[in-house]
Amino acid sequence: MSGGAITLRGVEKSFGATKIIRGVDLAIARGERHAMIGPNGAGKTTLFNLISGRFPISSGTIEINGQSIHGLPAHQINRLGLSRSFQITSIFPRLSVFENIRCGLLWARGYRYSFWHLLGGARALNEEADQVLERLGLQDRRNVPAGLLSYAEQRALEIGITVAGGADIILLDEPTSGMSHSETEHAVRLIRSVSEGKTLLMVEHDMNVVFGLADVITVLVYGEIIASGPPAEIRANRAVQEAYLGSEAA
Amino acid sequence: MSADTTSTAPLAAARAPALLRRHWLWLAAIVLALAIPWLFFDWSKGRHSGFALTMLSEIGLMSVFALSFNMLMGQTGLLSFGHAILFGLGGYCTAHTLNAAKAGLFWLPVELIPLAGGLGGLVFGAVFGYVVTKQRATAFAMITMGLGELVAACALMFMGFFGGEGGISTDRVTGQSLFGIEYSTPWQVYCLVVAWTVIATMLMRLQTQTPLGRMANAQRDNFERTQFVGYDPRMIRFYQFTLSGFFAGIGGALYVLVYEIVTFDTVAAAKSATALLAAYIGGAGSFLGPFLGTIVVVLLQSGVSLISNAWLLYVGVLFIVMVMFAPGGIMGIVARHEPIARMGRLGELAVPYARILPPGLLLVLGFVTLVELAQLATIGSAQNKSLAIGGQPIDPHNGLPWAIGAAMLVAGGLWMRREARVFRARWDALMEEAKARGLPV
Amino acid sequence: MEVFLVSLLNGLVYGMLLFMLASGLTLILSMMGVLNFAHASAYMLGAYFAFTISQHIGFWPALIIAPLLCGLLGAMIEMYGLRRVHRNGHIAELLFTFGLALIIEKVVQMTWGLLPVPYRVPAGLDFPLFSIYGTQFPAYRAFMLLISLLMFGAIWLGLTRTRIGLVIQAALTHPDMVGALGHNVPRVFTTVFAAGTALAGLAGVIGGNYQVTEPAMAFTMGPIVFVVVVFGGLGSLTGCFIASLMMGLIQTFAVVLDYSPADLLRQFGIIVTSATPFHEVLTVPLPRVGALLPFLLLILILVFKPRGLMGTRDT
Ligand SMILES: Nc1ncnc2c1ncn2[C@@H]1O[C@H](COP(=O)(O)OP(=O)(O)O)[C@@H](O)[C@H]1O
Ligand SMILES: [Mg+2]
Repeated sequence: MSGGAITLRGVEKSFGATKIIRGVDLAIARGERHAMIGPNGAGKTTLFNLISGRFPISSGTIEINGQSIHGLPAHQINRLGLSRSFQITSIFPRLSVFENIRCGLLWARGYRYSFWHLLGGARALNEEADQVLERLGLQDRRNVPAGLLSYAEQRALEIGITVAGGADIILLDEPTSGMSHSETEHAVRLIRSVSEGKTLLMVEHDMNVVFGLADVITVLVYGEIIASGPPAEIRANRAVQEAYLGSEAA
Repeated sequence: MSADTTSTAPLAAARAPALLRRHWLWLAAIVLALAIPWLFFDWSKGRHSGFALTMLSEIGLMSVFALSFNMLMGQTGLLSFGHAILFGLGGYCTAHTLNAAKAGLFWLPVELIPLAGGLGGLVFGAVFGYVVTKQRATAFAMITMGLGELVAACALMFMGFFGGEGGISTDRVTGQSLFGIEYSTPWQVYCLVVAWTVIATMLMRLQTQTPLGRMANAQRDNFERTQFVGYDPRMIRFYQFTLSGFFAGIGGALYVLVYEIVTFDTVAAAKSATALLAAYIGGAGSFLGPFLGTIVVVLLQSGVSLISNAWLLYVGVLFIVMVMFAPGGIMGIVARHEPIARMGRLGELAVPYARILPPGLLLVLGFVTLVELAQLATIGSAQNKSLAIGGQPIDPHNGLPWAIGAAMLVAGGLWMRREARVFRARWDALMEEAKARGLPV
Repeated sequence: MEVFLVSLLNGLVYGMLLFMLASGLTLILSMMGVLNFAHASAYMLGAYFAFTISQHIGFWPALIIAPLLCGLLGAMIEMYGLRRVHRNGHIAELLFTFGLALIIEKVVQMTWGLLPVPYRVPAGLDFPLFSIYGTQFPAYRAFMLLISLLMFGAIWLGLTRTRIGLVIQAALTHPDMVGALGHNVPRVFTTVFAAGTALAGLAGVIGGNYQVTEPAMAFTMGPIVFVVVVFGGLGSLTGCFIASLMMGLIQTFAVVLDYSPADLLRQFGIIVTSATPFHEVLTVPLPRVGALLPFLLLILILVFKPRGLMGTRDT
């Protein structure tokens, strides 16, 4: 019961007649850095959408910190302490970078739907948002509308919004996709530092990132897990090499 | 926040100029609002111009309404076609409260009467908001339109609350006041309207800086993402809708205080449309846009309707032109000059602007001539109106004035196209430069 | 019984008229995502054009020319207005058509005056076709029914038998696919918009003398057509057809059935007097509620079944 941050049992998801997730069992322990790999269209993003409550599951159960999320809307799952980022950047384009981060903080700091607190006077909150900005390396873009940032900056902001509230389970969907080599390095450092002491589940295509960062790796192919274990074990796994790594390792 | 124990008297004194510097716009607006009526003061009779005061009061109350509308459109991205129901219902609540106070059921000073309207708007906002905020985007526009039609039809159907076609009349001179003011003269009422307009505007301004206000922006930009930072977008919309009902209700209350009657017009679709036109023309993207837009719309409405029936046509055309060429409204146009201003090169636009002015005027003049001729020929002649320029009567059935109007329109249009190209070139060059300097454009 | 039969026929006539309007709007909304506020304005223009044309060259040419004029206007609006506004999103497009509707109303007022114009049923069709139990059924209504059925058939054939019809059909349910199929999307849009506007114009030609041709006719008809479209569901012409007939019948029957909730309560032995709470609401006769019904339906459907009767997508 205790110990598991995310537990999936027999999770299935169909869109119309096509079954995209075909019976996934997965247990992610608290504090674990877990990477999910697999070819495009394997259903990794769909799995994220199921865990974060964006889509309802077709069958099976998902538990977050031991609590079933059945029927919970996405915002309530977030309030259980699970925060996610998006593969396709999803930020608030007309708000400033600073305010994007602050939006990620508001609920977690108990502000709810308050219309009586003036945010200008919420010093602790603003300082915290600025600290997040600093960690992201975006402090000199603080007051720029987020929609005007460069692609890599937007990706960093995406991670920032996700981790700002201090959720203890963090899901990152291809955080480094489309980044240059140096940008990726910076992003990895960022992910490493923000996931300190937290449970991290990330989808990633860059094998250097995956093997450098993850404690456990799960391989998803056609909506099924074909292998799951520590990096060394995955590297040695035949089935994985054939199904996935083979093409890249060659 | 509460750790701020250092604010001693000398510090506070030092802050006063800083406060003045930060809030000069508010002060200037208040001073201006109280000063303008004196321009129309009739010194020979020793009284204010009723027309000017009514028009200024209308600007005040309609700007509260338009700003409350923009709490939905600009701030939350919700386009309501039925916002007037909150304005009107607030008005009906106010009229009933005022009548009850007058009848001696309770003591309520006139100064606080707008709160009755606000409360009415708040309650109805919560009830209707519960239903309509399930939707957003186009569906929200449709459902609010349906609700607006529904309430407008009810207003004609149920005599008890709405008073049918005749509406509810009331009397603001209840003899109950905090300051011993009677509110029997338009000037006294105008001061009350100014006070409440300022209060409501300030509160709405402050609301934009609260967590709800900011999350409303976030909901507008990307409603789905708000769910993944812990918010229920539906509840954001609900609270925002309810609050905007409060302010719309205050607008309705001011309407009742000014006109001492509330009829079904106040809930009708045309009223909702006025708020939309004002907010959009002024600029929904900035806080003060709807205020500016209200001034434009009310001036056209009160000013032009004195001499012409076509004010709505002019507003409509202005609106279409804005939608097509300046989606940010007047404030949007101003904001687009910012990078150029920051480079300190606004002056370079002076000549291009001066050059598009005459063809622009010619274009407008031609258009107005044709419109006025057309309506003189139909509506005007039905109402036995006639038009004379310089003592020379104009006959709309004569071909010459039409030809002149059309000529001005065409010539203005062609000339404008040429000048616009010149303007565009200058503008683009300046923008390029701003971009090169790394200014956000 | 005779009331029932006559009302049924009248309801059908009105329902088919609604369908003529609503089908165009459904097509435009489903394919282009534009909630066209000016659609009912085309209906009004159709009526006014027909009035003027029939004064000069008669009703029958007007039946052809007026819709064509409307269609031409629609094409121009799409090409020179909507396409430009398109970049700024659906709400901007909606606002654009809203502004157009305002302007068209004013222009109509300025051209034809504030009062209703005497647009009459053509003399050749101005006779009672038959009478049921003493109630006459005018020939013109039968003619309206005929025209709308012909139109219905034409739309059907056009959508199922022509190339562009098939593209439109595909686009109804998957609007993003049109471009992928390699078709000239702007041309398809212009065609649909023009055809929809022409249909609305035709509805105006035959509806203008059935109802009243006045400047307010667009703003009274517009919301009802929206209700039909939402009710029928996005992307479904069949749903639109059913919803049109339903709305026509509901509105027609609501006018004839002179009952109020109080009458219903009386059946259960509850007598409503002026002392009863909400007696005003309870004694409202159905004919007066008739005007409210469409909007009540709109709200209910948007709350409980946002996709409408047969919709394939969210509104
Ligand atoms: N909302 C949806 N509706 C229908 N099919 C979907 C939807 N989302 C994803 N899919 C399908 O599910 C499959 C897996 O997609 P995805 O989870 O995005 O893969 P990955 O993230 O592993 O690349 C794809 O074939 C995709 O087309
Ligand atoms: Mg993916």
